[in-house]
Amino acid sequence: MDSINRPPEKHVISKGLDAFFLNIYRSANFVFRFFKEVFRPPFEFTEITRQCFEVGYKSLALISMTGFITGLVFTKQSRPSLSDFGATSWLPSLVSIAIIRALAPLVTALICAGKVGSNIAAELGSMKVTEQIDALEVSAINPFKYLVASRVLATTIMLPILMMYSAFVAMMGSFLDVHTNEQTSMTTFFENAFSSITFLDIFTSVAKAIIFGFTIGMVGCYQGYHTTHGTQGVGKAANASVVISMFFIFIEEVLIVQVATWLRTP
Amino acid sequence: MLKIKPTNINYNEAVISIRDLYKSFGHNHVLRGINLDVYKGENVVVLGRSGTGKSVLIKIIVGLLKPGKGSVNVLGMEVDKLNGAELRELRLKIGFSFQHSALYDSMTVRENLEFPLVRHRKSLTRSEVNNAIDEVLDAVGLLQTKKQMPSELSGGQRKRIGIARTLILQPQIMLYDEPTAGLDPISSIEINNLINEVQEQYHTSSIIITHDLTCAKATGDRVAMLLDGKFIRQGTFDEVFGTDDERIRIFFDYNFIK
Repeated sequence: MDSINRPPEKHVISKGLDAFFLNIYRSANFVFRFFKEVFRPPFEFTEITRQCFEVGYKSLALISMTGFITGLVFTKQSRPSLSDFGATSWLPSLVSIAIIRALAPLVTALICAGKVGSNIAAELGSMKVTEQIDALEVSAINPFKYLVASRVLATTIMLPILMMYSAFVAMMGSFLDVHTNEQTSMTTFFENAFSSITFLDIFTSVAKAIIFGFTIGMVGCYQGYHTTHGTQGVGKAANASVVISMFFIFIEEVLIVQVATWLRTP
Repeated sequence: MLKIKPTNINYNEAVISIRDLYKSFGHNHVLRGINLDVYKGENVVVLGRSGTGKSVLIKIIVGLLKPGKGSVNVLGMEVDKLNGAELRELRLKIGFSFQHSALYDSMTVRENLEFPLVRHRKSLTRSEVNNAIDEVLDAVGLLQTKKQMPSELSGGQRKRIGIARTLILQPQIMLYDEPTAGLDPISSIEINNLINEVQEQYHTSSIIITHDLTCAKATGDRVAMLLDGKFIRQGTFDEVFGTDDERIRIFFDYNFIK
């Protein structure tokens, strides 16, 4: 009866654009709520620690493998171009700049967007569709603080640590290749590598990793927390979390590089 | 076997008072002027077909949904006027049993029960927490499942653990959302008996949302029939169904033919 008598739906602009702007409004609210909740006691220290373990420790194997291979392959691929000019001795500094400035933050973030972001979205999404989030709420537990704030904090804290670890492992991969080909000692390799690295490079990379971590956590939580349409929705949330996180990571990368370049310019 | 229902109702003290409650989702007008009082110690069954807004009603009572219009007074507090802290305080006095139990998948049965308790009763010692867990598990007859994960439990066991999780905070009001949905007849009877035992042992007042007439008859001190967003009849089970109103008879006949 209702569906027969129901008046036609009205849109401010169009159905798609309305949904788009509504989504932006809801996302902004979500971010605002995070900052409102995160500094207000009680603090979820146990859950934050558990999430840091989930995000950090459980990503170590993947980060180690990817970081090592990135360093090794990047060195291998760069050698022919440099050897044409007899400049293979520049390899450590070239690789260190590439790894610390760009590759380590970006590779770590992309891996975490895939592994951690999708995991967060799927976990919260399934909690949402099975009413576990409602169950938290009716048990007088603030689900936003317990689930969202703890996860976003964990990704924001752990990403810079994972990034630094990834950079170290990538440098070791690079060293392996340089040592095998040029018999360079580890001390010489790292002296050369760090001779061209400045504080600004490290600061920028850490800042990038913090922003990427925040983005991954926020997008994963937002997608999971707003999951609808049952188990199918959980899959969509996990997928959307990865795609949207990666999109934002690339945009942020471009913006931060622009700012860093501007800062480097005398 | 169905047990004889205990009745110890104080008709002078309404713990839930709902007046002219309306709720819509877009153009879908779900509740259209609900009025209901639930008295201390009373079990009220809200009966109705699927999609008539029964679950919406209890979600409004517990503050999960905002009412469109009207007032919902629970234990003397207007639910939609409470701030976050006040609402959390009120929710500690309300137990909500979800249709699909909503147990936390990643926790064992014991952790599911321990989780709300240790957060809200911080002064309890380890042994007091253990005793409280054993007590509620014993009350629902599932002491042996303490170390099991929710995925290892049957539907009926999950429902009972869900009820135990709410009982551990000793609520004054219980809200049951389709407590017997999806259960075999024996498990349904066990849940009905458990609802009555909870009422007797914990002195709770309850709203039971169901479309199962056996559950309604076994647990309800009063039955309210919801149709088209309104209660069309309230009273004891026999009063509600001892009518020639076709809209109610069809529900009754179908349930028992089924």
